Amino acid sequence: MKKSYKIEVDCANCAAKMEEAAKKTEGVKDAVVNFMTLKMNVEFEDGADPGEVMPRVLKSCKKVEDDCEIYI
Amino acid sequence: MNKKQKRNLCRIIITAILLAALHFSDEGVSIAAACISYASGTFFFRVYPVLHFVLFMIPYLIIGHDVLRKALKGIKNRQPMDESLLMSIATMGAVVLALYQDVTGGHGDYDEAIAVMLFYQTGEWFQSVAVGKSRRNISELMDIRPDYANVEIDGKLEQVDPDEVEIGTEIVVNPGEKIPIDGIIISGTGSLDTAALTGESLPRQIQTGDEVISGCINLTSPLRIRTTKEFGESTVSKILDLVENASSRKSRSEDFITKFARIYTPAVVCSAIALAVFPPLVRLLLHMDPMWGSFIYRALSFLVISCPCALVVSIPLTFFAGIGGASHAGILVKGSNYLETLSETDTVVFDKTGTLTAGNFEVDAIHQSPLKERELIEIAALAEAASSHPISLSLKRAYGEEPDRSRVSDIEEIAGHGIKAVVDGKNVAVGNTKLMNSVGAAYKECPDDIGTVIHVSIDGVYAGHIVISDIVKPHSAEAIKSLKACGIKQTVMLTGDASKIADKVASELGIDEVHSELLPADKVERVDALIENRSGKGKLAFVGDGINDAPVLSRADIGIAMGAMGSDAAIEAADVVLMDDDPLKIAEAIRIAKKCLRIVKENIGFAIGVKLLCLILSAFGLADMWLAVFADVGVMILCVLNAVRALITKK
Repeated sequence: MKKSYKIEVDCANCAAKMEEAAKKTEGVKDAVVNFMTLKMNVEFEDGADPGEVMPRVLKSCKKVEDDCEIYI
Repeated sequence: MNKKQKRNLCRIIITAILLAALHFSDEGVSIAAACISYASGTFFFRVYPVLHFVLFMIPYLIIGHDVLRKALKGIKNRQPMDESLLMSIATMGAVVLALYQDVTGGHGDYDEAIAVMLFYQTGEWFQSVAVGKSRRNISELMDIRPDYANVEIDGKLEQVDPDEVEIGTEIVVNPGEKIPIDGIIISGTGSLDTAALTGESLPRQIQTGDEVISGCINLTSPLRIRTTKEFGESTVSKILDLVENASSRKSRSEDFITKFARIYTPAVVCSAIALAVFPPLVRLLLHMDPMWGSFIYRALSFLVISCPCALVVSIPLTFFAGIGGASHAGILVKGSNYLETLSETDTVVFDKTGTLTAGNFEVDAIHQSPLKERELIEIAALAEAASSHPISLSLKRAYGEEPDRSRVSDIEEIAGHGIKAVVDGKNVAVGNTKLMNSVGAAYKECPDDIGTVIHVSIDGVYAGHIVISDIVKPHSAEAIKSLKACGIKQTVMLTGDASKIADKVASELGIDEVHSELLPADKVERVDALIENRSGKGKLAFVGDGINDAPVLSRADIGIAMGAMGSDAAIEAADVVLMDDDPLKIAEAIRIAKKCLRIVKENIGFAIGVKLLCLILSAFGLADMWLAVFADVGVMILCVLNAVRALITKK
């Protein structure tokens, strides 16, 4: 399953860090952060619940880039 | 400006005022310190450093607290190598240096530490405003998303979310509104502004029965439209989806920058440490003054200069602006990597039908006829009145009127031969040479034989032939010329048509190489061969109409589909999609790609060049922190401004 989320982040480098962090989160198959459109496209693993996975994604993103937001 | 940007601007202004005030009240600080030391009975040289330090820490913390916090968090999360850390080390180093000078009886200079942080924050602020602005500009260019659809519910028009409109619903589009969903006009005529989709400024005339695509703006009168697709499947959604996801396919330049930044920052930090430690140690061994302060200062400037943000920000921004600008011109590029490939293209391979030629047949010439041209076409059109073969259609189009069926009787269609019919009481045969033989008419061969020849006989007597051929698009020759002008070395045409026709078209247009009488599978082989035999690094682009050449589109280095208005197959198979049929857009796309890549290279060269120069200067102690800040922030601002140029696509 794929879902798209609006994000808030300041710099391209930070967006790349968020992408890395989101990819490594459990339940996420693949993630792409688009700095220019401020969107994060997340592909979830089969059977994963986005409502449960996304808070963890946000947490791991906050860890690498304090100044970011994902509108879940 | 959003809230955060406003808050940061306030911080920048307050700090600047405080810094200026402190800078010009140096005397005041000394006098205040003297008063305090007198009142408390401590030594002046104990009080002054503390007071000096505390006063200057106020603006430093106002402007720098978030950077310091971010650096600390980075260290805690084991991701320490970023620009916040560089700035923190550099400014804190300068603060410690100033404090050391104060304590040892000198006069410490805090101005620089604060100024560096101030400039860094100003640069960040500017960058965030500039990026935000270009982001908005680009989204405005792509402002084709319809907000609502007017649906008649119980006799009243209501605005509903386009997502909720089902296939087959009747919607009303008023003048000035965007068509929200693809459909067919049930009633109403008028003109549509398709500029947002095709870049074409002339309005398009439409009438009842025409198919219309979403994203066009209705200009004149209300239209009633029956939807043929869901919103999610409509052209406008597909295009938006494509453009929004385009920049997530990263180009090699972007990959290069990401990798570069990954090794670059640690490398710079290590060199800075080396610069701060080794020269003084060597000087100590040589029994010279080690000059610790001076070398630490140089190392700190070194750190400030080295921030890679100019590159990290401006390169993706350039690609994004390039893709945005191209889509405004009716050219959809599916990713930054394709923009890069497009700029390296030196061979363009065309499919003939539908790409260079219009793909519909028209009457080209009439030969050997004792009748007037008009009469011959009239007879042929009448005989073909009941047929829907492309050739019959083109004859009827040339005739221009709806044939009067009452004048025709006894129509007999002979497959592979043509048609026999009685027109105005005469026995007419319209078809190929075999048909002429069978009716015993003495036909004449067509002298130049460049199209499909249709012979006509009346009552068994030869009445001449009509030549029908596919017409070349009006801009095709110009398109080939402008491709050559923008550096394409070789143009190739592939077609399934007979070689005579293909050669004629090719020489008319000035195409270098022609391969004719090809089956679809042969086209893939040809493209394969062209890719294998190429000499340089140049890439090969294939241009087709996307309907039956999907395999070739995907085999070529870059596949360009044209005339994608309404054709899903084209949007899916190609890497670059031209929204209208105009072959001139191919050269335009290449020009935009080249400009974009030129800007990328300029930015990489400029940023790395200036930084390297400043790094060398600072290593030899020739650059102070002011120059260092320019090397960081100034370069970044110039690069961002340069990147925005990619948005401008007008010639």
